[in-house]
Amino acid sequence: MLIFEQSVAGRHARAQAPRQPITLSGIPDAQRRKTPAALPQVSEMQAVRHYTRLSQLNFSIDTHFYPLGSCTMKYNPRGCQEVAALPGLVSRHPYAPESHSQGILACFHELQEMLKDITGMAEVSLSPAAGAQGEFAGVAMIRAYHESRNDTARTEILIPDAAHGTNPASAIMCGYKVREIPTGTDGDIDLDALADALGAQTAGIMLTNPSTLGVFDRKIETIATMVHKAGGLLYYDGANLNAILGKVRPGDMGFDVIHMNLHKTFSTPHGGGGPGAGPVGVSERLKPYLPIPMVGYNGDDYYWLTEKERPETIGRLSAFAGNAGILLRAWAYARMLGREGMHRVAEFSVLNANYMLKKLIDAGFQAAYPERRATHEFIITLKREASELGVNTMDFAKRLLDHGFHAPTTYFPLLIPECLLIEPTETEDKSTLDGFIEVMSKIEREARETPDVVKTAPHNLPVKRLDDVLAARQLDLRWRPKAV
Amino acid sequence: MSDIPAELLYTKSHEWIRDDGDGTVTIGITDHAQELLGDLVFVELPEVGDNVESGADCAVVESVKAASDVYSPVAGEIIEVNEALADAPETINESPYAEGWLFKVKLAEKADLSHLLSADAYQAIEDVD
Repeated sequence: MLIFEQSVAGRHARAQAPRQPITLSGIPDAQRRKTPAALPQVSEMQAVRHYTRLSQLNFSIDTHFYPLGSCTMKYNPRGCQEVAALPGLVSRHPYAPESHSQGILACFHELQEMLKDITGMAEVSLSPAAGAQGEFAGVAMIRAYHESRNDTARTEILIPDAAHGTNPASAIMCGYKVREIPTGTDGDIDLDALADALGAQTAGIMLTNPSTLGVFDRKIETIATMVHKAGGLLYYDGANLNAILGKVRPGDMGFDVIHMNLHKTFSTPHGGGGPGAGPVGVSERLKPYLPIPMVGYNGDDYYWLTEKERPETIGRLSAFAGNAGILLRAWAYARMLGREGMHRVAEFSVLNANYMLKKLIDAGFQAAYPERRATHEFIITLKREASELGVNTMDFAKRLLDHGFHAPTTYFPLLIPECLLIEPTETEDKSTLDGFIEVMSKIEREARETPDVVKTAPHNLPVKRLDDVLAARQLDLRWRPKAV
Repeated sequence: MSDIPAELLYTKSHEWIRDDGDGTVTIGITDHAQELLGDLVFVELPEVGDNVESGADCAVVESVKAASDVYSPVAGEIIEVNEALADAPETINESPYAEGWLFKVKLAEKADLSHLLSADAYQAIEDVD
């Protein structure tokens, strides 16, 4: 029930508290509204219960296993939240003088240095306010680099067909044409197709490695050499950084620019659309173009780097330094883990994924790349279940909800029919992983014996199977009062 | 098993092409393609008068699962688009080879149809899929 539907004319929040008459002064008559705003009229208790109840209906990482591939839904340690909420940090005003802000500037500078070290890049800017903005900044720097050399005939960005949809969007936002590169049957990029596509028009290539197919492209060094030889730059989409943290560095693979999703790898919250943080790191030749502000350190003091120090910067992407509170959480997380902890993140995220993959294959499920070792995530395809039993991936996903598991990513990447992209992360224990595998087997049995149960799932949730086709065709999000 | 009319030509990327015999062709997506995509909810069509190259992306079909580019299999000028799809994208699901056509192209002089697949050749690709 919507809060609007609970509304009763004249009811208000202050049940027993005496009402003060409200006087408006200084607002001309013509600008005052003639009818009251159509807000729900409910008691304070009703409002509290309504929103508390809604929050309890949520699936969240704090309440459910959330193996949403490509999203790295790991636990956000409470300690990091506490650090970011320290009054000395929270009460900083962005216009406060540098001399009064040395603590928070030191945190930002340390985070820049730690991200630089873990990715093998020459310099890092924290200011992009989300992954998509980081991508935009990265491609904008590639463009700035070519333009600074008057190399303006480079109009194309190459993107593998397995890429996240944000990659072509970012390239196009920066004025480039996109050329798609196919993937070979083993999950690695098709090198012949890459060779054909490379040329004097190539500005760069955007790669995710490990890719969205859950495998590490073994020919990355060859790819880097080929692209550099053609005069293009290499962009690393940091979406899957969790798998290689402390093990392999994009800088060492030959990448020129990287964005990192702090809400994935560095465990800051996945808000409902924000706030995010998408720092970018670059190789030596792209340093002048990094977005500002960044934090500099001269051995004594920390200070802002702005247009003055970085005249060739691509500029500012948001007010001030991006989402400071999110950066502080990532700083606390990185300090808490240290170098050793970062290695363990990669080891356990990959171990958990490979454990689940093996167990699911043993249970009879079909892996998309059975001959490849999984990275921090892997794909199974329910193509056989769909054709033989008429129970498809969406049905499995909905039935998982009934068992208290958030569904893995469905129908992505598009290359694999009827796929589930499963990413357990390093923060889940073995019993949770076993529980998920058990439920998958149970749903498989149901699909054979009582397929309708699966096809009409979910059964235990506040809403049943939603008609997503109707919702897409006739989008209607507006509540209207019933005519009286 | 999906429907693959013998009189049409096909592409690996699941478009069909009907030679209208007067220097123009009609293009749509195959029954197999609509089946893979599922219920379509949105279609973006090219503009009449656009010149397209062979292999260029010129339309988008979107389902609740995925948005997919449609490539023009031939070079030429767009002379007509199926406006009715804007309000009824499900027509493609219901009738991929007739009412669900996407656009018509007037073939350029250099246009070449020799790379297009016969129904049998397309069937072979679909079998692998």
